[in-house]
Amino acid sequence: MKKTLLLTALLSATALGAQASELKIGLESDPDALDPDKSRTFVGRIVFTSLCDKLVDITPELSIVPQLATAWETSDDGKALTMTLRDGVTFHDGTPFNAEAVKANIERSKTFDESVRKSELSSIDTVEVVDALTVKFNLSASDATLLAQLADRAGMMMAPSALSPDFASNPVCSGPFTLTERVSQDKIVLDKFAGYWNADAILLERVTLVMIPDSTVRLANLQSGDIQIVNQLSATDAAAVEGNARLRFANITGLGYQGLTFNGANGDKSNNPLGQNAKLREAFDLSIDRDAINQVVFNGLFTPASQPFTPASPYYNPDFPVIKRDIEAAKAILAEAGVQTPVKVQVQVPNTPVTLQLMQVIQSMVAEAGFEVELVSKEFATLIADASVGDFQISQQGWSGRVDPDGNIFGFVTTDAGFNDGKYSNAEVDRLLREARTISDPAARAERYKAATAILAVDRPLIYLYHLGWLYGLDAKVQGLTLYPDGMLRLEGVSVTE
Amino acid sequence: MSTVSDAPDAVLDRPAKSRAWAKFRAHRIGMFGAGLVGFFVILAILAPILPIQDPIATDWGAVRQPPSSTYWLGADEIGRDLLSRMIWGAQASLLAGVVSVGIALGLGVPLGIIAGYFGGWTDAVISRCTEALLAMPFLILAIALAAFLGPSLTNAMLAIGIAATPVFIRITRGQVLSVAAEDYVESARAIGLPTHLILRRYILPNVLPPILVQATLTIATAIIAEASLSFLGLGQQPPAPSWGSMLNTAKNFLAQAPLMALWPGIAIFVVVLGFNLLGDGLRDALDPRSD
Amino acid sequence: MFVFFLRRLLVAVPTLILISIFVFLLQQLLPGDPVLAMAGEDRDLATLAALRERYGLNETLPVQYWVWISAVLQGDFGTSIRSGEPILDLILQKLPVTLQLAAMSLAFAMLIGIPMGIVSAVNKGTKIDLAANVIALSGLSIPNFWLGIMLILLVSVRWQLFPASGYVPPSEDFWQSIRTMLMPSFVLGTGLAAALMRHTRSSMLEVLRQDYVRTARAKGLTERRVVLRHAFRNALTPIVTLTALLFGELVAGAVLTEQIFTIPGFGKLIVDAVFNRDYAVVQGVVLVTAFGFIFMNLLADMAYVLLNPRLRHAR
Repeated sequence: MKKTLLLTALLSATALGAQASELKIGLESDPDALDPDKSRTFVGRIVFTSLCDKLVDITPELSIVPQLATAWETSDDGKALTMTLRDGVTFHDGTPFNAEAVKANIERSKTFDESVRKSELSSIDTVEVVDALTVKFNLSASDATLLAQLADRAGMMMAPSALSPDFASNPVCSGPFTLTERVSQDKIVLDKFAGYWNADAILLERVTLVMIPDSTVRLANLQSGDIQIVNQLSATDAAAVEGNARLRFANITGLGYQGLTFNGANGDKSNNPLGQNAKLREAFDLSIDRDAINQVVFNGLFTPASQPFTPASPYYNPDFPVIKRDIEAAKAILAEAGVQTPVKVQVQVPNTPVTLQLMQVIQSMVAEAGFEVELVSKEFATLIADASVGDFQISQQGWSGRVDPDGNIFGFVTTDAGFNDGKYSNAEVDRLLREARTISDPAARAERYKAATAILAVDRPLIYLYHLGWLYGLDAKVQGLTLYPDGMLRLEGVSVTE
Repeated sequence: MSTVSDAPDAVLDRPAKSRAWAKFRAHRIGMFGAGLVGFFVILAILAPILPIQDPIATDWGAVRQPPSSTYWLGADEIGRDLLSRMIWGAQASLLAGVVSVGIALGLGVPLGIIAGYFGGWTDAVISRCTEALLAMPFLILAIALAAFLGPSLTNAMLAIGIAATPVFIRITRGQVLSVAAEDYVESARAIGLPTHLILRRYILPNVLPPILVQATLTIATAIIAEASLSFLGLGQQPPAPSWGSMLNTAKNFLAQAPLMALWPGIAIFVVVLGFNLLGDGLRDALDPRSD
Repeated sequence: MFVFFLRRLLVAVPTLILISIFVFLLQQLLPGDPVLAMAGEDRDLATLAALRERYGLNETLPVQYWVWISAVLQGDFGTSIRSGEPILDLILQKLPVTLQLAAMSLAFAMLIGIPMGIVSAVNKGTKIDLAANVIALSGLSIPNFWLGIMLILLVSVRWQLFPASGYVPPSEDFWQSIRTMLMPSFVLGTGLAAALMRHTRSSMLEVLRQDYVRTARAKGLTERRVVLRHAFRNALTPIVTLTALLFGELVAGAVLTEQIFTIPGFGKLIVDAVFNRDYAVVQGVVLVTAFGFIFMNLLADMAYVLLNPRLRHAR
């Protein structure tokens, strides 16, 4: 009798089990340390999305919503943020999540010598445990970017019991999945955390992230059914995915961009016509046909850009639409400037196929206006090192994008900021962007960003080319996936049918 | 080679040379290899005057198109003519092969002669260094050097040349050791001929044949190495073409435009085969033991 | 024999020291700042300085070398700057993968190369010989990475017969492991098969000229017996030696093959470490590879001497 029962149970289990329990995702590169305080890679953030919950999260429309914090309140002077924490949450090792844990996490992010989160949390002076489920951040100045930071790695909560410099070798968080195995350069295996506070929303038992750097091979794995999601699908492969009945193509415009940074004041190399003359930069800009780039290189899937913010963003400045190619105007500017053509300029570009293709197209476009571009391709490691010490005239660089507008502009154009490789400096831009950091009213913030964008559109310390799109190839069996502009894969509600 | 015929005792040498040439001419496979190499060399030299399209002119309408009457081999990812890029690419590949082997010869042969002829501590130091370098994987050494020097065709050639040097040191040293023990060298030394003369007149000409064979075979390896480095993005810089960098690009469009990957692969294969066949022919022709 | 081995070992010591210096300098050659390379999108100057300090990148070169080599001698290769994993663990994790690839490629090369070499030597000068030679030379001339790409295109993308990438340990699923490694080992094995064929051919030709082979023939033994029992046995010595040497080269050749088929082995570890400027990993892995190469050389020498008793007292 017992046997029959068991058999029936098994049968019904298989009947219900029309859902496969495992999802395999092909990632484009191997993440670095699995420690939210040390992590520096984009793919690392994708892993963390399943592994570590944050205090708050975002919606696809970029509003901040509860995750580990259920409610929050900013004091009238903007100098205190009080958060109410979710009750009954435990970390993977069974230890409870509470205000003490938040305090330990924020303090580690701010003081751990290898932490790269310090600047993101610099506005937090002290963390106060009000009661077990209430925590108060005392700020040195009001900080409009803080919530967005807490929706990313700076807000990821690690188990205080596991905090050590070697956290990465055995990460313990409170996310929907736990780390089962990591074989570097090969795969990361995550298993469902039975004690997850939102366990009902997690339909997968296991998620395997497979590292496959080559986009063609990644696609081949999707076609053969070895993986079910291709992250960072190559734009030129989109048609192949769409043409396959067993696959689906999905994309969403991201928050990041690709652009060209001009060296205006960083060392000797800034002494070049384009570095010194904004009019020539304008001519360069005018000779680029962004629509043609989008068609030739990205099959029309990306969004041409002339600003750091996407047109959908409330901070977008409609007075400065995407620059249309005007080769005659470009030539006229060159003639007026009285420079001898061709104007020679060197562009450093990362030696990846897509960036090289992009720059060769631009090289050919600007040649018509009278610019002779020499491409110097460099490995990424060398490129960024050279850029930061000013060993470049123009550097082709991109940014994966952040939720808060500040993350997409401040570091690149304010005086002496970390990514301001061309050493652009404009007191008015500095003032506007600093103010925007402290104002919480979105409309008032937008005003500052629009004013700064207007100045940058004339000065052109960097020119924006296009906004990245996050492109995915999905097995048609994958159900319930919602895409987010930050490019993260949130697996709540995702299932794989058989 | 001119030093050889300048040598006073070329009398001894000359019959061997012409015998070798006759043997080589009779070596059908070797001649076939020479033919293949010759074909690509001529193509590469004539690239500027052949009636082909500009290898860097772009045509947005022709992106990744299959072969047509305008683009005989098709067009690449930004609409450039693949045929003319293949022909100009031959220049880069052959240059890479020849120049890097030239560098390896220029460094390796003198060091090998010094090590072999003087022996003692000089030999010990050079030999140990050679062994140590040989123990490092060739491609890793080349990758590290190319990364250090920065990606460019010239630097790739340098990197490959340096990475290939130890082989030539070793071969030369071994040859010198066996030649130096010969009677005529002993007697030259006995009559007090200055060292540099002994080296030039007696040692160098007699160690050259096997080095020549090795050089030919190494050109083949070097062409593949250049392609490998370009494939990793460390070789020829865009927009100038090389077969390796064309392959590097093509691998991203395998599904849409497989021909982009086919042409450069075949070209590398054929030219490398040519050098290997040529090397075989030379080996047989220069080997005194073979009949 | 023991003395011979000891002498060889002693000679190897300065080479090993030199290798460690070269390996150390090799990574110093790499341009770019490892700390900046890691920093990626999170560039905070104070943090960068702290990291540089922590990984000893501010010390002078001789000091860095000394710190590194004395730790290595105690079995401590340090930790990866990028992922924070201990390098020894990485090496132990990746080495079996590459060894499996190398072993399968070698098996493949021997299965094809040796019989082809024998057949070609026995039929010297005939069309069979010519065909075998042309095939071998073609094998030597095909660029590995191109062959790999073409196989992925045809076998994985078009026909979907074998997976295009990945690695399954044999302990997990033996047949799946063999299946995933089949294409990569074929790619890596072609060049070796060709080298082995040519080598077998020439050493067989050498042996077939010898008196005892003529004697055996004169005794009226079947040609098959003469070739396999007498000739091939004696031709085996140089083949074994070459095989040991090739094994070292295989590990080097795995660099591109692993890159193309996304196999998480030694070669991929090195290349990724070079590109990520993960100095400590580059040093550790190249050092182990070079030591392995020297070790295989030593083995080859030993095998040579063992198989040729006459050489034991020479030199």
